[in-house]
Amino acid sequence: MAKDTNVKHHEPLFHVVKRDDMPSWQAWLVRFATIAISFVIIGFISMSLTGKSFGDTYELMISGVFGTLFKGGSTIMLWKYLQEIAVLLCLALALTPAFKMKFWNCGAEGQALMGGLAAIFCMIEFGGKLSEPVLICVIAVSSIVAGAIWGVIPAIFKALFNTNETLFTLMMNYIATQIIAYYVYIEGGGSNVINPVSYGNFPKVGNNDYFVNIVVVAGLIVLMYVYLKYSKQGYEISVVGESQNTARYIGINVKKVIIRTMVISGALCGVAGMLLVAGKDHSINTNLVGGQGFTAILMSWLGQFSPIVMTIMTALIVFLRIGVSKVADASLLNSSFSEIIVGFVILMVVGCEFFIHYSIKFRSKKEVKA
Amino acid sequence: MKKQPAIELKNITKRFGKVVANKNVNLTAYRGEILSILGENGSGKTTLMNMISGIYFPDEGQIFIDEKEAVIASPKDAFDYKIGMIHQHFKLVDVFSAAENVVLGIEDGKYNLKESVKEIKKISEQYGFDIVPEKKIYTMSVSEKQTVEIMKVLYRGADILILDEPTAVLTPQETEKLFAVLRRMRDDGKCIIIITHKLHEVLSLSDRVSVLRKGEYIGTVNTAETNEAQLTEMMVGKKIALNIKRDDPKDAEERLTVNSITCVDRSGATVLDNVSFTAKSGEILGIAGIAGSGQRELLESIAGLQRLEYGDIFYFDPKTGKKESLRDKTPIQIRNMGVRLSFVPEDRLGMGLVGNMDIVDNMMLRSYTKGNSLFLKRKQPKDLALKIINDLEVVTPGVSTPVRRLSGGNVQKVLVGREIAASPTVLMVAYPVRGLDINSSYMIYNLLNEQKAKGVAVIFVGEDLDVLIELCDKIMVIGSGRITGIVDGRTTSKEEIGLLMTKAKDEGKEKNNG
Repeated sequence: MAKDTNVKHHEPLFHVVKRDDMPSWQAWLVRFATIAISFVIIGFISMSLTGKSFGDTYELMISGVFGTLFKGGSTIMLWKYLQEIAVLLCLALALTPAFKMKFWNCGAEGQALMGGLAAIFCMIEFGGKLSEPVLICVIAVSSIVAGAIWGVIPAIFKALFNTNETLFTLMMNYIATQIIAYYVYIEGGGSNVINPVSYGNFPKVGNNDYFVNIVVVAGLIVLMYVYLKYSKQGYEISVVGESQNTARYIGINVKKVIIRTMVISGALCGVAGMLLVAGKDHSINTNLVGGQGFTAILMSWLGQFSPIVMTIMTALIVFLRIGVSKVADASLLNSSFSEIIVGFVILMVVGCEFFIHYSIKFRSKKEVKA
Repeated sequence: MKKQPAIELKNITKRFGKVVANKNVNLTAYRGEILSILGENGSGKTTLMNMISGIYFPDEGQIFIDEKEAVIASPKDAFDYKIGMIHQHFKLVDVFSAAENVVLGIEDGKYNLKESVKEIKKISEQYGFDIVPEKKIYTMSVSEKQTVEIMKVLYRGADILILDEPTAVLTPQETEKLFAVLRRMRDDGKCIIIITHKLHEVLSLSDRVSVLRKGEYIGTVNTAETNEAQLTEMMVGKKIALNIKRDDPKDAEERLTVNSITCVDRSGATVLDNVSFTAKSGEILGIAGIAGSGQRELLESIAGLQRLEYGDIFYFDPKTGKKESLRDKTPIQIRNMGVRLSFVPEDRLGMGLVGNMDIVDNMMLRSYTKGNSLFLKRKQPKDLALKIINDLEVVTPGVSTPVRRLSGGNVQKVLVGREIAASPTVLMVAYPVRGLDINSSYMIYNLLNEQKAKGVAVIFVGEDLDVLIELCDKIMVIGSGRITGIVDGRTTSKEEIGLLMTKAKDEGKEKNNG
């Protein structure tokens, strides 16, 4: 259409309009569509980098995660996959009550490390002196307590002096890392390695090393779901998170709720540390948690603080992490490739929220004549 | 002489999602006149004006300025068309002086405060403003700040001025002063549009009135040819009796006595200064005052949310006749003492309710601690929610809708409903009809009267003096944290209350001078 170039446009090229609240099934449709699209895109990216076909890329990914399971082979990779989900999900579940209270606990890393430290300490000091069941109980209690202490310190400061919890919890991570480094130095006799300890390991069930870890976290999903939705404490957490003024108004002791919730959050991080030490590595180093404490922050958000959704999201992200690194290995790509892909998918999922809340209106073609 | 149209709107439509905020609005404002835009809350007045001042862009329709079509896509475009908007909430930098705020953001490449001050003084004299250009904003009263806002747009040469609810925060005396200024500007040939929902102001100030209802343009009438009843009918869509009934109190007895309490805020400033009064059962005690004179702190002190420096608060239990002190008690302790104190705070969604929770969970706020179970029982709160929705005609898709998605009137019904359901003996309400339409407002007044008839001691903090005078048995006036007078609602006048409202300030000034 020939248009006078001097026409002053009536409207800007596009403007953003807030939507009505979308029905939740529609919102979920958008989210799943986004995930599907991002899977197609990462398929193409991998193809262009590795030169493998689309089908091969996905086959590699699936075999990376599930091994030979689908070809009638062993289930060992599947259990590994579930174990990876379990630890990350445990951390995400731990952060959720704090986040619902709008207490930005960025210290899952450190809280889990302290839980792990407590576990390895008990394994080394009491191993052989206590019977195995008793030792495992001692490990459980001390890990939970250690994580809780590491979590409650920033909470106490927040409650009493209104310090910034984000910075405080972050800094506590560094302290925890240094304490672990020191402990490893002492215990490893200068070699900076602690050899796997054979006492206080979680028992194998069948032929499976990680059964206990997976069951513990499966239980935590249910517990956390019920706690947040149906318990009085969960209700108080929501009220404090939504509006401290309302909480004050109805007589909730805000300080008490902050401290209590961070005890729970820290304790569950401690559990994650215990799962890693007693249930998997049987040793410790500063890289025990490996940044999963930070990934867990994303998982909690992506799951929109719902334990059920969080489980699905975590399964998805762990699938990508393992699968894509297999693709990367197979074609001599750097291991960072999988991190880039995971980051990309997370960005897509977060970005789609924009389209759930807003729509973009382009300039309509028929303009009113000026 | 033919009147010259300054601004014309043709078929303006604006939607927010499914909500149509303005639908096919046609409107003309002339130079040398004051046009009132009248409508209830949510009728689309502010949205319409925001489109003229470039904050929103209309989905459909055209705007003409001086009979030429205008495209106003940003506030800067609006300035270029010499349109100036004075918002309800002031947009000033507190630590700057008046003159600095006025010149802020003018990009003409020069910054000469002395010249600007001269110019500001000139404009002040022209229209009869009271403004000290060197005075810092944070030391100013609300009406002074408003003057700075008006100066800001005049300085930029605006000749179409839009004022959004300009009198909401002013005393009757300050309002009169503002009106005098506006009339002078009109006589100077400026086009003035004021948005309001107060009928008597419309009648006393404007030349013409345009009425909006639910986003639609209803019509324009000449002020001289109309009256309150006609305007209300246009606004609401049906005839409404604008009378609030007031029965004489029965068996009034002491229920709550506040005994010379003093409170300080975080910075150490005194917010309540030696306040004493008594609230009696079966009476409505009104509290009048300029916004922020200590009303909130007073109610919060009674509710156990403010620490008292001095003084005491006593509650007289109607059953046992015992006298109990509420000083240094938390809200939970007060409730456990058996004091049935209900409180509808000013900030409904930020204090009285939780916006993201549904109606059932909001009902539970008051009752969830009952019982020893670790878990919540949602049966009773759900029944209560259904009852309130039914009794108070709350418009909602269901009990599980987050309250933030309800309209202002319905939010307030949920909150008041919950507080009344606790069958209180003392009921405190702060600005209960702010932002409500006329029907909902009258429903709230009726609820308060019902509570009064049941023998509840009602404490009502209000801003509309006409309503306070019609509804309350007694009116207590608070100014700068001090009680400046308690008058009988049946015999007092607006002027008397207006004078009492500013009394504390004047006394303060004398003290400083002396």
